[in-house]
Amino acid sequence: MARGKTDVPSMAPIKEKRTVGYYVRGFLKYFVLIFFSLCAVVPLISCITTAFKTTDEYKATSVMELPESFLNFSNFVKAFTTANMGRAFINSVIVMICVLIVSVVIGTQLAYVLNRFKFPGNGFIRTLFLVASLLPAVAMQVTVYNIMGDLRFIDHLYGYIIMSCGTDVISIYIFIQFMENISVSLDESAIVDGASYWTIYWKIILPLLKPAIVTACILKGVVIYNEYYAANLYLISPEIKTMAISLYKFVGPMGSQYNLICAGVIISIIPALIVFICCQKQIYSGITQGAVKG
Amino acid sequence: MANKKQSGFGKWASSRKGQQVIICAAFAIIPLLLLLVFTYIPFGEMVKFSFYKMKYTTPVEKREFVGLANYIDVFTRKDCFGALKLSLYYIVGALVQLVLALFLATLLSFRVKGGNLFKGFIFFPYLISGIAVGFIFKFFFTRGFVFDSILQLCGFSLDNLPYWLKDQSVNNWTLVSTSVWRYLGQMMVLFIGAIMSVDAELYEAAELDGANKFQQFRYIILPSIKTIVTLNVILAITGSLSAFEQPFVITTGANGTGTYFIIMNKIAHTSQKVGLASAMAVVLLLIILICAALQKLFFEYIFKDSSSDDESYKAKKLRKKQERDTKKYMKQMAVSAKGGK
Repeated sequence: MARGKTDVPSMAPIKEKRTVGYYVRGFLKYFVLIFFSLCAVVPLISCITTAFKTTDEYKATSVMELPESFLNFSNFVKAFTTANMGRAFINSVIVMICVLIVSVVIGTQLAYVLNRFKFPGNGFIRTLFLVASLLPAVAMQVTVYNIMGDLRFIDHLYGYIIMSCGTDVISIYIFIQFMENISVSLDESAIVDGASYWTIYWKIILPLLKPAIVTACILKGVVIYNEYYAANLYLISPEIKTMAISLYKFVGPMGSQYNLICAGVIISIIPALIVFICCQKQIYSGITQGAVKG
Repeated sequence: MANKKQSGFGKWASSRKGQQVIICAAFAIIPLLLLLVFTYIPFGEMVKFSFYKMKYTTPVEKREFVGLANYIDVFTRKDCFGALKLSLYYIVGALVQLVLALFLATLLSFRVKGGNLFKGFIFFPYLISGIAVGFIFKFFFTRGFVFDSILQLCGFSLDNLPYWLKDQSVNNWTLVSTSVWRYLGQMMVLFIGAIMSVDAELYEAAELDGANKFQQFRYIILPSIKTIVTLNVILAITGSLSAFEQPFVITTGANGTGTYFIIMNKIAHTSQKVGLASAMAVVLLLIILICAALQKLFFEYIFKDSSSDDESYKAKKLRKKQERDTKKYMKQMAVSAKGGK
């Protein structure tokens, strides 16, 4: 971000400033950006306008027309109650909080052990995690389904939560990468002062890992909140469905009532939108760090 | 202290050594157990099941050993291996997405009025859940609805337009475009991050020397983010082989949009031919592992060779630094890209 601001055109040589080409380029640049922004938001906007239409209005008017009133919330209310979205939202939050806490705790612990101690099998464990990251989740579900059945985990929220913690590889990698930048001398001086390894982990490493924890939580949080495939396989009873799969309620008989469906879709997007507006910077840096530096 | 016998910890005093063993065991046991239960045991089972004819509900003693029959089926049934052809659509889509993302990232990393707003708009679709995306685009592409209306506004006649989700000549492209819609912003943000990490002095020096924006892109940005771009090209290919989400949520694989994984999912969970589905999974895993190995070889090759590339002054220094990070990049990208898709 900082660089973008220092790199202002006023620094550029004068000839860049006021030629015809400069304006044409400027126009093209904004044209392209506006075009792609429109591509990104038009599908969403069409959903929003449709969600405010009554059923008669929806049948009578073209999808491009604006609704009579943007105060008609009846579709939202109906979608919210039919798909039981209040319950679903609570479930999503429960799943997210549990999975994030467990992932952060076991991820940082494993990273601490792998990074700070040399023991036989250290490299092997790293390889195990790396190879695991190459296996596509959908393919693995063919037999994970079987294991989940054996463990009696199917149709229980806790089973789904445990499985979601278990398939996590990304955050462990982020922590390991980050640990490499935390000086070992901190540990050593703590040991001289008589601290136990647990104290070092809890009092020194964990606080220093905070930026990495934020990054991991964002990446993992997006994935968990939006997970539909595994959730749909393992969460069957209506009262334990999460937000993403509560929308499945609209498949089937209600499949053509798009004013209702759009309202449901909008409700499911709102939490993500709020989080996005509040933590834009962290989300961007999370995406970048997760991929570039870790 | 009971673990004193273990060796290999070097110079630590024995009490420290004991503590180390305890802390290592305590901290590693849960993640390893989870990894074993939800990744490696299923993987082993998958290989085993691929030699059996069975359903999920078949008791162990009634499972019928069929040898390689499932594997032969994978290659001979026309709905299985042939479905991999659909990956070509997704490879093309992924490459288009990469070029667009690079282009937009370059535009947005120079000063743009409202740059953050554009970035936000283009990025936001990434945060929407797959199911919601499915509904949005079922609605968007339904005959006579949003997309058709927009085209009609542009002067197209409805009679000349195909059924976007049913017509087999276009429906795969339709699905690919929704995938681009969803992931373009994420890739763009990733590239913006990479471009931002290029030393700002380079641009200033280049501008003083009279380099235009294209030259800056060609000689400063591109060499500096070459690694991450190449990686994404390769990941696009492996990702496309396992294309699943778009057809699953939008068309459920109907009308010739069933990719390899869609077929596998149906065989496993609808027709309950677990053996065949496992064989399909194993075949694709092998292909992906081969791709990963090739990718590794490829990287070793280009980084031996990269000294011959034409790069501008300071970019050379920078490249040295980039090379050091390369290995980190590779591992991390493989992991994170998977998380993304």
